[in-house]
Amino acid sequence: MMKLDMSALETQFGAPAGEDGGLLFDVDGAAMPAMEFPNCRDFDRFQATTKDMVKNKRGTTTLAFIFDKGVIVAADSRASMGGYISSQTVRKIIEINPYMLGTMAGGAADCQFWHRNLGTKCRLHELANKRRISVTGASKLLANILYSYRGMGLSIGTMIAGWDEKGPGLYYVDSEGARLKGNRFSVGSGSLYAYGILDEGYRFKMSVEEAGELARRAIYHATFRDGASGGCVSVYHVGPDGWKKLSGDDVGELHFQYYPIQKTPVEQEMTDASTS
Amino acid sequence: MSRRGDWVYENNGGTCVAIAGADYCVIAADTRLSVGYSILTRDHSKICELADKCVLASSGFQGDIKALHKNLAARELLYQHQHNKRMSCPAMAQLLSNTLYYKRFFPYYAFNVLGGLDSEGKGCVFTYDAVGSYERTGYSAQGTGSTLIMPVLDNQLKSPSPLLLPARDAVTPLSETEAIDLVKDVFASATERDIYTGDKLEIVVVNKAGTRREYIDLRKD
Repeated sequence: MMKLDMSALETQFGAPAGEDGGLLFDVDGAAMPAMEFPNCRDFDRFQATTKDMVKNKRGTTTLAFIFDKGVIVAADSRASMGGYISSQTVRKIIEINPYMLGTMAGGAADCQFWHRNLGTKCRLHELANKRRISVTGASKLLANILYSYRGMGLSIGTMIAGWDEKGPGLYYVDSEGARLKGNRFSVGSGSLYAYGILDEGYRFKMSVEEAGELARRAIYHATFRDGASGGCVSVYHVGPDGWKKLSGDDVGELHFQYYPIQKTPVEQEMTDASTS
Repeated sequence: MSRRGDWVYENNGGTCVAIAGADYCVIAADTRLSVGYSILTRDHSKICELADKCVLASSGFQGDIKALHKNLAARELLYQHQHNKRMSCPAMAQLLSNTLYYKRFFPYYAFNVLGGLDSEGKGCVFTYDAVGSYERTGYSAQGTGSTLIMPVLDNQLKSPSPLLLPARDAVTPLSETEAIDLVKDVFASATERDIYTGDKLEIVVVNKAGTRREYIDLRKD
């Protein structure tokens, strides 16, 4: 019989969610919402079978890098449920607040929920401390929550990018509990393809346009080769004044921009049968 | 070897569709309830009117769906009492997402489509996966017939992605009667090829004037 230590998951205040007008998270921001668990003998097998049955939406290629003028964040917009494309218009770059962005890779619901939760905690921090939270702090908040759910089947591979008092910041946080500070990351099933373009074209000193173009090309190449990536490439830039969306392009159209159709000479041309 | 005691879900089949227009929203679902190869009833509604401008259609496991609809209707009533107004569709959309995610480790086996009018009176459709990831779209299909219906809706209704920059105008949307006709056609086609879809089609139309319901017969085989 599996015993789960759920003390970290209990809310610290007694009232269950929703009782006093919808206050779901307590004020100090450290407690987590209480979640129901199935009363079954084999929790892991239950989770594995449920996952196969519901085939939750998953997201795929995202990247972010720091350069001399800030942070560039880019992502595709495809979500798949098993082999079915459930959406081509998913927002994978989540606006936590006006100077911090998070990316979504892995389970769509997990990323959406925990990023929204992180946004709430960041706002509570601002109100309690009269100053904005740092990127280090925000990523630590998220990483600690995810670590406490480690082993339960959450699937989140996210990057927290922002500009705080120390300048540009970029952290990679995932559902295994990893939290890494770095200059360049790409996450998702198409990340290997994106890394190829990104690593080759990256220089620390670049203009904002060049950096945006590099990110766009890297995501485009990932969507070209990875079936689970596609849709539109969104590119954001985080500078000292906050984030700004640089571009949003449909990948199908980008293909013909990068590789225009070459007219090849033909010896004999077939003409269509005339239709009357 | 699987332990029967651990498996508590079953798929009762069915399909739900919603289409949003400039000032209306059409939400439709078939009324067949199946278990395996048997039809348990031809007359089971999958649609729940949560608020005056907000309608939820769900397919999947009807036990979880009943519980989910009751839960949301109760929360909406509480909201009415506390705020002296009914819940708007975008607010209900986020509530539904959170409700689904709170059962992340023991999910509601429900594939939901929420439709209605937003606070400006424009049609909106929100589409979900089983654990609460959601997105506002112009149209959606969920359930066993969704893979048959979505390509047709994409063909007729797809508009430039909202993620494009510079933003592009969406294609002129359909009128209310054209949207209802499209829904009827699409269900007729899905009924031909999906064993779990058929019997009757229940259509709910939400617009400025209110909500109305229509029933159309589908193939019963």
